[in-house]
Amino acid sequence: MSLYTAETRRLSKRRFTRFFVLIALIVLGLLAGGTAYTHEKTTARTRAAAEAAADRAYQEQLGYAEQARQDCRKDPTSYGGNCDGISPPTRDQISAEQFLTPPFDFRADFPALVIAWAALLALVAFIIGASFVGAEWNSGGMMNLLLWRPQRLRVLSTKLSALLTWLAGLGVLSGAAWTGLFWLIATLRGSTAGMTPGAWQSLGLTGLRGLGLVLMAGAIGFGAASIGRHTAAALGVAIGVIVIFQFGLAIVLELARVRFYEAYLLPAWIGAWMVKSYDVVDYRAPCVYSATNSCEPPVLTITWQMAGGLFAAVSIIIVGVAMWTIRKRDIT
Amino acid sequence: MTAVLEISGLRKTYRGRKGVRKALDGFDMVVEAGQVHGFLGPNGSGKTTTLRTLLGLIKPNDGRMAILGEEVPRRLPQVAGRVGAIVESPQFFGNFTAETTLSLLADAGGVNPRRVPAVLELVGLRDRAKDRVKTYSLGMKQRLAVASALLKEPKLLILDEPANGLDPGGIREMRTLMGDLAGSGMTVLLSSHILGEIQLICDSVTIISAGRRVAAGSVADVLAGHTSSAVRVRLEPGVDLLGAAEMLRAAGAVITIERDHFTVGNASNPAQITKLLAERQIYVSELTPVSADLEDVFLELTGTAPVDGASRQVDQVGTQGGWGQ
Ligand SMILES: Nc1ncnc2c1ncn2[C@@H]1O[C@H](COP(=O)(O)OP(=O)(O)OP(=O)(O)O)[C@@H](O)[C@H]1O
Ligand SMILES: [Mg+2]
Repeated sequence: MSLYTAETRRLSKRRFTRFFVLIALIVLGLLAGGTAYTHEKTTARTRAAAEAAADRAYQEQLGYAEQARQDCRKDPTSYGGNCDGISPPTRDQISAEQFLTPPFDFRADFPALVIAWAALLALVAFIIGASFVGAEWNSGGMMNLLLWRPQRLRVLSTKLSALLTWLAGLGVLSGAAWTGLFWLIATLRGSTAGMTPGAWQSLGLTGLRGLGLVLMAGAIGFGAASIGRHTAAALGVAIGVIVIFQFGLAIVLELARVRFYEAYLLPAWIGAWMVKSYDVVDYRAPCVYSATNSCEPPVLTITWQMAGGLFAAVSIIIVGVAMWTIRKRDIT
Repeated sequence: MTAVLEISGLRKTYRGRKGVRKALDGFDMVVEAGQVHGFLGPNGSGKTTTLRTLLGLIKPNDGRMAILGEEVPRRLPQVAGRVGAIVESPQFFGNFTAETTLSLLADAGGVNPRRVPAVLELVGLRDRAKDRVKTYSLGMKQRLAVASALLKEPKLLILDEPANGLDPGGIREMRTLMGDLAGSGMTVLLSSHILGEIQLICDSVTIISAGRRVAAGSVADVLAGHTSSAVRVRLEPGVDLLGAAEMLRAAGAVITIERDHFTVGNASNPAQITKLLAERQIYVSELTPVSADLEDVFLELTGTAPVDGASRQVDQVGTQGGWGQ
């Protein structure tokens, strides 16, 4: 227990941790601010203004069309010789909605913001997790600690559990604040209508899956940095995965005409995990006939269970290898 | 007396790109309770490797080790609380203050956090305790390392080159500190290259060379076992020093001529010198055995004395054309 307390203290005392948490909070704040700024409650006054703007636009369009018709009569060739094709838009094609700052609809708009929160926090968790153990290895602090507690597996797993608990705390707190903030934005600049218990439950589950993503990212960063005994090892692996695996592999798979190649790439899986399922469509394949639609390209559906299983397996393998290597290696 | 530390037949080979390197080759060591024990050896002879192995940082290939009567590394978790150690100028996380560093260690090891200011005071870092370790000088980091080793009030204190980077005052303080600690019943194992220091503060020593023990025992025993056979000869003023030396040299003596005297390097029987000189009516005014100090013994045993006109390479031991063996 004492080791656990020490590790939690160490994590929260690190300037690196504080800095990245601060960055994340600033980005989230900007996102919230931007959302608040670009949304507005619709009132009679804003609607009237929008109607007026739509009217003005309609009149303008009529003017342009009239101008074009006159030009056409003077020189029909430049209009393809047929002036009947020139017609102004009808009034109902220009709706007031286009001139209205949209209201923030909590039920419709917030789920995407939960995904943004989870993605940002997962990135930060990866970096913090990597640096937490990487800097320790790198500075020799790990060796010092092992002189005090010569139980390597115990030390590493305590560090990991301190990290994960701390990340979970950060996730829950920031998630609650995030929800509260957008509830406020919806109340002031939109609507909170339609938040039935079912909607809340679905939102809560999205949040939980987001938290899971954050924890897995933290564990993977921690494991990779511990295996490489350097923060940069984890960051290098991450960049390598993104560059080689995502961009490189995407090109190779596409050239090789591999079926469902998107399914080999990370975004599909993250998407599936966060929004419950993701359809990979193989447009190149011969289509599949169905009773309702005549011809559809084949679809591979990645479910959130599949994605969760994959992420859990990767985290467990990386953390397992980290545990295995610390057990065996000479610490010099 | 009981042994606080026992090592026998310790072997460690490092596997590298260029094959294997035997860092320890059947090394033995015994440290008795309550002593200050010096651990000496040339660069690369295996001191740090021994200490790392002892503390469970490195897995040995073979050999037995025990600390405070407990088999290690198997029982290391049980004894770790009674062993304070620094291994080869330990590094600390640079952005934490000395105080934070020590209090985190105290937390991790279940030590009363009130010891932190006490040990910082002891090593003279009290006024700099709130500075980041990154801003410390070499000697200050070394002091912090000693403080961290003392934090848990150990029964056995293992210090790998603690004087590295300390100023003269610091070295003297360290000497007094070690005397006090040993006086209070702590056993200290001290590796160092400052042999004068070792001779002053150590009760016993182990000398390692190329991964093997080449000498061990109390300082007096080690010195006695290797008294040099050199004697200093001074003649009456006005006597032909060079002529006398030449005569002795002809008789097989190894002579080094100084300004007003000469030394005979291989005088296993000094009486022979007086006899030979007296036969020529030359009388000696002084004939003193040149006593060996730890440095001489060390250089002789490890074969690492410098040779004129040659730079000795690390790992090069006496048998390969050095001096003295
Ligand atoms: N991690 C390592 N990998 C390979 N060889 C190593 C490693 N650590 C030490 N060695 C080798 O083991 C031998 C003993 O090294 P060690 O550090 O124990 O020497 P030392 O007696 O502490 O020397 P010094 O007085 O310079 O501190 C050396 O030849 C060294 O090159
Ligand atoms: Mg060393």
